[in-house]
Amino acid sequence: MLKTDYKNNTLTAYIEGEIDHDSAVKIRTQVDGAAQSLRPRLLCLDFSNVSFMDSSGVGLVMGRYRQMKLLGGSLRVINIPDRLYRIFAMSGLEGLGVLR
Amino acid sequence: MKRAIKNEMSLSFPSKSCNEAFARSAVAAFVMNLDPTISELSDIKTAVSEAVTNCIVHGYRRSSGTIYIKGRITDDNKVTLKIRDKGCGIEDVKKAMEPLYTSAPEEERAGLGFAVMQSFCDKVRVKSAVGKGTTVTLEKMISSNDD
Ligand SMILES: Nc1ncnc2c1ncn2[C@@H]1O[C@H](COP(=O)(O)OP(=O)(O)OP(=O)(O)O)[C@@H](O)[C@H]1O
Ligand SMILES: [Mg+2]
Repeated sequence: MLKTDYKNNTLTAYIEGEIDHDSAVKIRTQVDGAAQSLRPRLLCLDFSNVSFMDSSGVGLVMGRYRQMKLLGGSLRVINIPDRLYRIFAMSGLEGLGVLR
Repeated sequence: MKRAIKNEMSLSFPSKSCNEAFARSAVAAFVMNLDPTISELSDIKTAVSEAVTNCIVHGYRRSSGTIYIKGRITDDNKVTLKIRDKGCGIEDVKKAMEPLYTSAPEEERAGLGFAVMQSFCDKVRVKSAVGKGTTVTLEKMISSNDD
């Protein structure tokens, strides 16, 4: 189960463990479900406890970026561990200003 | 110079997405007795995860099939991994390997898999035939920590 909290119009989702194609599908369903019912102004994906990520993690973040735009909000990815940053750096996400 | 083989393994498993985690963990266990650094190990796990995911989401797109991995360690501490599917194959390998190219943007794919494999390994080779399948060969040198 995905851990989330919601305050001041901000929905924070604490992503845990390994992000691959298999888990990304499950995380996506849960995050989008929460975002659609709460309609936050800001969705924060907290990556503190992500231990592994492949390019499916980039797809997950890009997809949530588009999803939040559709819902009239914005996205931020916070606490990205250093060793995962290399993959994000290969994507166009840095230019979108969503990575913190 | 032809290098002596230190160890070999082969694996095969069905193209289920739960096997992405299995495949990268199994390969990590195979590489473990070379005493790799944490970052070497994580590079290999990431590259294997990319290659196996591609077999599942592209190679066996609307079908299912078997994924094969062959691993080899030579006495120069080089790990070679061949990851193979008998799926749809790739029409234009050069285009497929361009960073950010994906044939499945609607599935939230980033088009970064091959770019990640190339950046995390020393060498990546792709052999593919339409209708027959794809073999990705990954090579990585492991710095020996045994001193
Ligand atoms: N095993 C395969 N069988 C058939 N087509 C493949 C295979 N591997 C890759 N491809 C093709 O090459 C393209 C690029 O692959 P790559 O892994 O770089 O990106 P992606 O899988 O589309 O996105 P990402 O890996 O970021 O999720 C794919 O979109 C697909 O068209
Ligand atoms: Mg891929």
